[in-house]
Amino acid sequence: MAKRIDVSGLTAYYGSHKAIDDISMTVEPRSVTAFIGPSGCGKSTFLRTLNRMHEVTTGGRVEGKVLLDDEDLYGQGVDPVAVRRTIGMVFQRPNPFPTMSIFDNVAAGLKLNGSYKKSELGDVVEKSLKGANLWNEVKDRLNKPGSGLSGGQQQRLCIARAIAVEPQVLLMDEPCSALDPISTLAIEDLIGELKERFTIVIVTHNMQQAARVSDRTAFFNLSAVGQPGRLIEIDDTERIFSNPSVQATEDYISGRFG
Amino acid sequence: MSHAVTEKRPSSLKGGSLPRWSAWAVALAATGAGLGISAAAGLDSSIQWALIAALLFVLVNYVLAVRVEGRRQAKDRLATSLVWVAFLLAVIPLASLIWETVSRGLKVFDVYFLTHSMGVVSDTEPGGGIYHAIIGTLEQVALATLIAVPIGVLTAVYLVEYGRGRLAKTVTFFVDVMTGIPSIVAGLFILSIMLILDLQPFGFAGSLALAILMMPVVVRSTEEMLKLVPNELREASLALGVPKWRTIMKVVLPTSIGGITTGVMLAVARIMGETAPVLLLVWGADYINNNPFEGAQASLPLYIYEQYANSAGSPAAYNRAWAAALALIAIVMILNLAARGIARWKAPKTGR
Amino acid sequence: MDISTQDAPVPPPAPAPSLEQKRASRGATRPGDRVFLGLSRGSGILLLVIMAAIAGFLTYRAALAISEDEANFLTSFEWDANGTPPKFGIAVLAYGTVISSVIAMVIAVPISVGIALFITHYAPRRLGGVISYVIDLLAAVPSIVYGLWGALVLVPHLNGLYGWLDDYLGWTGVFEWQGGAARSLFTVGILLAIMILPIVTNVSREVFRQSPQMIEEAALALGATRWEVIRMSVLPFGRSGVISASMLGLGRALGETMAVATVLSPSFLINASLLDPGGGTFAQNIASKFGEATPVGRDALIASGLVLFVITLLVNGAARAIIARRKEYSGANA
Repeated sequence: MAKRIDVSGLTAYYGSHKAIDDISMTVEPRSVTAFIGPSGCGKSTFLRTLNRMHEVTTGGRVEGKVLLDDEDLYGQGVDPVAVRRTIGMVFQRPNPFPTMSIFDNVAAGLKLNGSYKKSELGDVVEKSLKGANLWNEVKDRLNKPGSGLSGGQQQRLCIARAIAVEPQVLLMDEPCSALDPISTLAIEDLIGELKERFTIVIVTHNMQQAARVSDRTAFFNLSAVGQPGRLIEIDDTERIFSNPSVQATEDYISGRFG
Repeated sequence: MSHAVTEKRPSSLKGGSLPRWSAWAVALAATGAGLGISAAAGLDSSIQWALIAALLFVLVNYVLAVRVEGRRQAKDRLATSLVWVAFLLAVIPLASLIWETVSRGLKVFDVYFLTHSMGVVSDTEPGGGIYHAIIGTLEQVALATLIAVPIGVLTAVYLVEYGRGRLAKTVTFFVDVMTGIPSIVAGLFILSIMLILDLQPFGFAGSLALAILMMPVVVRSTEEMLKLVPNELREASLALGVPKWRTIMKVVLPTSIGGITTGVMLAVARIMGETAPVLLLVWGADYINNNPFEGAQASLPLYIYEQYANSAGSPAAYNRAWAAALALIAIVMILNLAARGIARWKAPKTGR
Repeated sequence: MDISTQDAPVPPPAPAPSLEQKRASRGATRPGDRVFLGLSRGSGILLLVIMAAIAGFLTYRAALAISEDEANFLTSFEWDANGTPPKFGIAVLAYGTVISSVIAMVIAVPISVGIALFITHYAPRRLGGVISYVIDLLAAVPSIVYGLWGALVLVPHLNGLYGWLDDYLGWTGVFEWQGGAARSLFTVGILLAIMILPIVTNVSREVFRQSPQMIEEAALALGATRWEVIRMSVLPFGRSGVISASMLGLGRALGETMAVATVLSPSFLINASLLDPGGGTFAQNIASKFGEATPVGRDALIASGLVLFVITLLVNGAARAIIARRKEYSGANA
C-alpha cells in the first residue's frame, strides 16, 4: 500500500524566481516525515512538487526527479492526474466541497474514477470516515453539507476524503494551523494511526508537533529573503531535536533563530 | 481495503496520451474537411462550413481521446474543444462586424463626407455627408452629460458618504433597476410629457431621455470609485476640523477624479450610440440645425438607420450608412480607449 | 489632495478641534454641510422621482389609449391603432419579444459560459486578458451598427443554414422555411445572442474568477481532470451568478429596438415557423410604427411600451435580487 519516495536534485520555480534549490531526500514508507523551517523556506512548495500540484500555480515549473518506488513522477508520459490520485493531499485550511453532503465529499474521489458499485460505495465511505475518526460524529447526518461541521471535523472529513481513494502517500500541508488545540490533538492521534497504512509527509510550523508525530524530520532554511530554500538536514526526529548535526538546525529548534 | 477500488486503479502512473499537437492537427484537418465537404456539396455559406468544421473538430477529438486516453480524459478533451469552439463562434461574427464596417465604410469616408449634410441630396443619390448628424449627436450628448453627471455624482456621494437607512437602500435598488430600462421606454416617457405639453420634436428632448439612460451608469461607476478612497484620508481631514462637505469636495472627489472621469466617458460612449429615443424625440433631419432647443435635429446613429431604412436599397445610401457606422464606432472606441487610458494613468495614484 | 492634511501644521489636541470634529461627524449642522447633504440627498430622491414619473406618465397615456381601444389589449392579434375606431392588441408583440429573447438566451448563455471559462480556466493569462479587453470593447458597439450588420451581412449568410434546418428539421413545423429572405424572429434571436454575449460573458467571468482556489485544489488533489475540477467546484459555485448574468442579458434582449427594427420583416401574425418572416417585438413595433402614428396611435404605442417596461423591470429586479442574495451568502462565509 505504502511506497517510498526518492527525490533527487529537485529545483522548483515560480516564473523566473527559484523557490527551492537542488533538494534530495528519501521518504520511508509507513512512517511520518515532518518538514520544518521558517516561513518562506519552500517546505510547502516542496511538498506540492511531490504530487505535481506545484505546476498548477501560474508559472510553476519543476526540474529534477521524484521516484515513487521506481517510477519518476516527472517522467515522460506520466499523467499528473494519475499522480494526484496515487498521492493524496490535505491542505492548510479545511476545504470540503461546499455544495456536497458529507457522504458525497468522501465519495467524491471514487466517483471521479467512475467504476464503483453503489453498495460498495457506502462501505468505503464508512471505512474512510472511521479511518479518519469521524464516523461516530457524523454517522447520523451523512446527507448534511460538509460545511456545517466544525473546523476540526472538516479537516478530518478532508482526510477521510483523501484516504477513501487508497493513496500510496498522504501529503499534509500544515493541517492543524487553522485548528484549536483539541482538534489538533485529534488530528495528531489520527496521524499516528494512519502511518500504519500510508507514507505520510507533513509540513508544520509547530516544532512540538513535529517532535510528537514524526519519525523523521527535515529542516529547511533559506539564506536570505528572496533566495531559494534549501534542505539543511534530514534525520531521525529524536536526533534532530536532541543533537542535530548542523548548527543552523539547533539554532532554529532552540529558538535562537533570526 | 475494498478491492473493487484498488483493482481499477491503473497499475502505472502512465496512461496513453495524445501528443500535444494533436488538437491543432485535428483543428486543421476539420477545417479542411469542412471546406472540402462544402465545396463537394456546393454549399456556399461560410456559416455552413464553419459549423461542419466545428462539429468535426469536437467529434474527432473526442473519439481519438476515447481510443487513446480513456473516457475521463476524453470528457476533459470534449470540454476543452467545446470551450474553444465557443470562443471561436463568438469571435467570427464580431470580427466580421468590424471587418465589414471598416471595408464598406471606407468607400465614401472622406473629408467631404465629414463636412457636408444631406440638405440637397436625396436619399437614393450619391453624395452628401454626416456633418449635420455629428453636430446633432455632439449637442444632444453634451447636454445629456451636463444633466446626468452632476446628478449621478451627487447621488453616488450621497450613497457612499451619507447613505444609511432605508432611503439609501431604495435608491441603490432603483439605480440598479434603472440600468435595465430599455432606451425606447426612456424615449416614450419624455414623449408622453411632450404630448401633454404639446411640444414638437427638438434636440434637447432627446438629451433628457439620454440623461435618464446615463444617470444610473454614472452613479454605479462613481460609487465604486468613491468606495476605493481610503477612510484614513477622510478621517485625517475631518480630524483637522475640516467640515464634511469640504472634505468631500477637496479630498474625496479629487482623489477619485480619474476613476469618475473614466466612468463618465464610458457612459458617454454608451449613450452616443442610442438610436431609439432620438428617433422618437428628435425625429432626425437632412439639414444642419445648430439649435438643440428648437426644431428637429439629426444624430449619427439615427442617420445610419435612416440611410438604411428610407433608401429602398440604394447602394449610395448603404455606403453612407456604413461610413456613418464607421464614424460612430470610431468615436465610441476612441472614447473607450481614452477612458481606459485615464483609468490606467490615474490608477496608481488612487491606489497608494 | 493638496488640502491641509499634508501641508498645514497639526493643531495641538485642544478641546476646540475635537468639538469641531464631533459636530462634523454628526453631519448637517454647518450651513455648508446642510446644503451639500441636501443637494446629494436631493439627487438620490430625484432618481426615485424619475422612476416614479416614468411609471406614472406611461400609465396615464396608456390608460388614455386603452380606453379608446375597441379590441382586447392583451389578447388581440391586430394593430390598427390609427383606424377609427382604433383596434390594437399586444399578443403578437408579446409572443415575438419572448420568443426572440428566448432564442437569444439559448444560443448566447452556453457560448458565454464557454468563453468565460476559456478566459478564466483555459487560456494563458495574457491571452485571457486580451480577450476580456476585446469583449469589453464589443459591448460598446452601438446596437444600430449590429442592426446594419445583421440586415446586410448576416441575413444573406443565413440562407444556407435555413435550408439545412428546413431539410432536416422542417417536419417539426417550427423550422419550416418558405425560402424568403431570412428576416425572421429566428434571425433576430441570433443577432440578439451576439449582442448580449459580452454582458453575459463579463458577469460570468467575474463570478468564475472568484471561484475559491482552495476548493479547486481539493478537486485537483483527488486526481480530477480540468473539466472535473470545473464541474465539481467552479460551476456549482458560479451557478447563481450565471443565472443572474443571463437575466441581465435577457433584460437587454427584451428591450432591444434598433437591431430588431432593421433585421425583422414585421407583420401582425404569429407564424408556426420561426424561420418565416413576420411577427414583431414591443420595441421594434414602437420604432417602426411611430413615424405615421396618429395621436391615439402614439398613445397605443406608449401602452405597449408600458408593458415592456414592466417586463424588463421584473426581469432586472429578479436578476439583482439573485446577485444581492449571493453577496450576502458569500459575505457570511468570508
